[in-house]
Amino acid sequence: MNSIEEKEKLLEIKDLKKHFKLSRKQTLKAVDGISFDIYKGETFGLVGESGCGKSTAGRTIMRLYEATEGEVDFNGDNVHAKKSAKELKSFNRNMQMIFQDPYASLNPRMTVKDIIAEGIDIHGLASSKDDRLNKVHALLEIVGLNKEHGNRYPHEFSGGQRQRIGIARALAVSPQFIVADEPISALDVSIQAQVVNIMKRLQKERELTYLFIAHDLSMVKHISDRVGVMYLGKMAEVATSDDLYAEPLHPYTQALLSAVPISDPEVERTRERIIIEGDVPSPVSPPSGCRFRTRCPHAMDICANVSPEWQEHKKDHWVACHLYNE
Amino acid sequence: MSKLLEVKDLSIAFDTYGGEVQAVRGVTFDLDEKETLAIVGESGSGKSVTAQSLMRLVPMPPGKFAGGSIVFNEEDLVEKSDKQMEGIRGKDISMIFQDPMTSLNPTMPIGKQISEGLIKHQNMSKKAAHNRGIELLKLVGIPNPERRIDQYPHEYSGGMRQRAMIAIALACNPKILIADEPTTALDVTIQAQILDLMRDVQEETGTAIILITHDLGVVANAANRVAVMYGGKIVETGNVNEIFYNPKHPYTWGLLSSMPKIDGDDEELLAIPGSPPDLADPPKGCPFAARCPYAMKVCENHMPEYTHLSETQQTACWLLDERAPDVEAPESAMVGGTKVHE
Ligand SMILES: Nc1ncnc2c1ncn2[C@@H]1O[C@H](COP(=O)(O)OP(=O)(O)OP(=O)(O)O)[C@@H](O)[C@H]1O
Ligand SMILES: Nc1ncnc2c1ncn2[C@@H]1O[C@H](COP(=O)(O)OP(=O)(O)OP(=O)(O)O)[C@@H](O)[C@H]1O
Ligand code: SF4
Ligand code: SF4
Ligand SMILES: [Mg+2]
Ligand SMILES: [Mg+2]
Repeated sequence: MNSIEEKEKLLEIKDLKKHFKLSRKQTLKAVDGISFDIYKGETFGLVGESGCGKSTAGRTIMRLYEATEGEVDFNGDNVHAKKSAKELKSFNRNMQMIFQDPYASLNPRMTVKDIIAEGIDIHGLASSKDDRLNKVHALLEIVGLNKEHGNRYPHEFSGGQRQRIGIARALAVSPQFIVADEPISALDVSIQAQVVNIMKRLQKERELTYLFIAHDLSMVKHISDRVGVMYLGKMAEVATSDDLYAEPLHPYTQALLSAVPISDPEVERTRERIIIEGDVPSPVSPPSGCRFRTRCPHAMDICANVSPEWQEHKKDHWVACHLYNE
Repeated sequence: MSKLLEVKDLSIAFDTYGGEVQAVRGVTFDLDEKETLAIVGESGSGKSVTAQSLMRLVPMPPGKFAGGSIVFNEEDLVEKSDKQMEGIRGKDISMIFQDPMTSLNPTMPIGKQISEGLIKHQNMSKKAAHNRGIELLKLVGIPNPERRIDQYPHEYSGGMRQRAMIAIALACNPKILIADEPTTALDVTIQAQILDLMRDVQEETGTAIILITHDLGVVANAANRVAVMYGGKIVETGNVNEIFYNPKHPYTWGLLSSMPKIDGDDEELLAIPGSPPDLADPPKGCPFAARCPYAMKVCENHMPEYTHLSETQQTACWLLDERAPDVEAPESAMVGGTKVHE
């Protein structure tokens, strides 16, 4: 891997917010001011508890949702700025998504061939019928399926095969950036490895950039160059994956890592855990100050009153926690 | 000493449009008091159907028993009428599911759902059942149980619902608790709380637990023994050390190899190529043969017998036949590197 210095920013996410209005009085702040960069060619892993805003962040970055506030720059262009239909179309082509549920995300009434070619048709990327078919066949091969599979329907495939169809569909329009929202969570352990290996291989061959959303921390470490940890709509910490796992700074990251069960019985028997008590508070009425304070073993007075600043504590290692303020 | 539960040669099939699906094909295992048996294996390999059959929760039809027995308290549960099962379900054997919303009644306060079983099975008065409900909610770590007991499921968070379901399952001090992916929908921090809770409860009440999960980390954390299922069969069973440090079945090797190691580097993961067999037309021989890198001629047409490797470990693989070539587990399946284990 290249060092981060040589890396070019593909995306700059600046104080991005996405709020959902539930009623006249209630607003759910699903994503509430997150800032980070994604470099060209890297995999940025996004982790955090269920409901902390990972999918919403991914969708807002791609403008599947309009941002409530903040900015996403893609190759220096603000994604959320006013755009003509044509400009939007070109954005859509460059940013694709792979979904969590390989069962629900493929239209059951379309053949695999037509599912994969949908983007090719929308963006007029095929010069003829033959060209279209050749492109589809090439894509099927890339993801480890064969030509005959193109004539079948999604229900004839296993979960892992369906997820590959989803990957082929995303690749069809040659995007630069792919948001993969829990692409392997619904798959068997033995099949997860197949899909992850294909994603890694394609990344190398096509210089793809991934935002990889997951809650399996060992898989995230395996696939990501850098990792962001979210808690209740905020970013708690961002670091290279080696740094994050070797030296987690935020108390939530520390608890999260210490709670991951490790597939070694002896390690599990002797391991000390940081058990954090209680449940995640509601994003409709998050705690004042630091959002983690209701469960944080290190909470101090200031944590209830002042929201901790997002700061680069060490080179390329960002954290939001009062423990790291002098 | 006789076992708490003995399952022998259990087979369960489903009638479907695509033909008869042989979901469980001759499964044998037993369970001791106070122990935790984990069932792991490929999706669709028959883990849930096996577990549900112990409580006779498999819908019949389309399902049917195709052979075997489930002996609990010296009685075969396969032979019981639905009415007789009602006296066992929720009392001697209870179950918690992956998704609490499917098993909690959304229109009934949590407290009432706990006391139902107590009133039915233990002839408790309403008042006593209510008080026991508060105790149980406290036991599973629900804050403010006196107030929470009157709330409805939707007023609970995901983790709290899971705990409430455990409270309901434990209400009558069951001898066996079946947990089908109880933490899959939860985050690791809440998962750690629930696993600790189940362990505490087991210590206190002596309940035996059958834990179904695909997370080998959870198995390493919580299980005493492990059964590995593939294609409707148990292909290997052993105590937790045997399965992690001395596995003998190629599918178990594949499973252990495909796990990313949290302290490992980013080499390619070892996937098991191919996909699991179609149980509407199950293979005649070893169910893993089509994907097994060591498959021999015999594997395709003949199901291997169990080889007893120790008092606790049994493996069904032709590689353990004396005529087979010597094959060692691949390095990638070695848990904990070069550690020495007895
Ligand atoms: N369209 C919507 N309308 C209202 N609320 C929403 C909407 N989408 C998401 N939310 C809420 O926003 C919060 C964040 O949800 P999100 O799906 O982004 O979480 P997540 O981190 O992806 O969780 P998971 O790991 O469960 O997928 C949740 O409280 C969710 O209920
Ligand atoms: N009601 C049913 N009708 C028809 N087939 C069924 C039914 N229930 C289960 N099956 C089939 O029985 C087989 C075993 O299913 P089971 O749910 O036990 O798998 P599992 O090992 O629990 O998998 P997972 O890890 O995905 O939960 C599968 O092939 C499934 O399709
Ligand atoms: S700011 Fe305070 S409450 Fe928040 S994580 Fe840091 S120490 Fe804990
Ligand atoms: S019996 Fe044959 S096919 Fe089956 S696991 Fe053993 S070697 Fe592989
Ligand atoms: Mg999500
Ligand atoms: Mg199941």
